[in-house]
Amino acid sequence: MTGKDEAELSRLLRAAIAGDERAYADFLHRIAALVRGFVRRKIVQGGVDPEDVVQETLLAIHVKRHTWRSDAPVLPWVYAIARFKLIDAFRRRGRRIEVEIDEIAETFAEPETETVSERDINRALEGLPPTQRSVVSSISVDGHSIGETAAKLGVSETAVRVSLHRGLAAIAKRFGRQ
Amino acid sequence: MRTEDLIKALDADAGKKAMPMGKAWWLAAGVAVAIAAAMFFTTIGPRPDIMPAMHTMRFMSKFVFTLVLAASAFALIRVLSMPGASTRRAMTWMVAAPLLVVLAVILELFAVPQADWGKRLVGSNMMICMTFIPLIGVGPLAVFLGMLRYGAPTRPVLAGATAGLLAGGLAATFYAAHCFDDSPLFVATWYTIAIAFLTLLGAIGGRLFVRW
Repeated sequence: MTGKDEAELSRLLRAAIAGDERAYADFLHRIAALVRGFVRRKIVQGGVDPEDVVQETLLAIHVKRHTWRSDAPVLPWVYAIARFKLIDAFRRRGRRIEVEIDEIAETFAEPETETVSERDINRALEGLPPTQRSVVSSISVDGHSIGETAAKLGVSETAVRVSLHRGLAAIAKRFGRQ
Repeated sequence: MRTEDLIKALDADAGKKAMPMGKAWWLAAGVAVAIAAAMFFTTIGPRPDIMPAMHTMRFMSKFVFTLVLAASAFALIRVLSMPGASTRRAMTWMVAAPLLVVLAVILELFAVPQADWGKRLVGSNMMICMTFIPLIGVGPLAVFLGMLRYGAPTRPVLAGATAGLLAGGLAATFYAAHCFDDSPLFVATWYTIAIAFLTLLGAIGGRLFVRW
């Protein structure tokens, strides 16, 4: 399955970078499921919530998507980021772990669905300036579009896009600094 | 916030484009060279007898060492800044510059009588060497560390150290045009110390500033 996954995911991300939003959503959903499987497998003792690591990884993938070379395989890139974020999550909680570069575990990382609980990302969201916070939560939690959010907040669509971009970048950065 | 919700936000932000890493590295290299050149030409500048010096093997060999170091460090830092990229080949190339220096030192030891070894090693301006290589290199190092922040190095300390080697190779290339001490014995000692300082600085910078 991995070979086919690889080709399909590369195609989706290439399309996404070329401006296809549907392809990007599809890519992120599949990556989230794969990373969730990978992270849950690696976290054997408690202390770190796998879903927090999944969200950090997705954010990192998003703000660092220019570090993927479009002619290189996408899965090694995704797993390298996931592994980095996992080690980081343990480090922040004062634990040092070795996440071995275990190709077999990655190959068999099965897509998994998320469980709901209080998230690190909510704390990061709360730390944003008010405008960015309302834009990010309007689009994510409330599921509004850019246009709807602009109308609701009484600002231009461009301003919404800028606030969203800055807000997401700030959340990603906050994760890295904690 | 559920992961589903996060994906909605990321998807809505998909339109924002960033410069691909490959291109950004070349741009950074150009900026770094310009900064190093400005620092070099406004302070010490090239030695007055540079034209005749260019006909001597020892003078030219310095540029071979420093340029090979800069080129191999540039190749390595590029892959280190991209997650999942294989570093093995670029790592292997990192031995090229030290190997060339060792080879040149051995040749020099054969070519020069033992009585002169000490004089060649100490040279005439090691303090200038150890001052100006870091001084010319510190601006480029800042540029390269900035690039690492823009990238996504999964080994920030190693990537920072590589940034130091790259800045050191670049700075030493300029400094070599000023320096009167062309003996590989001098280069192997004092250039190495100066570049090692930048490498240490880069590793610390990687540890402290390269978070993502």
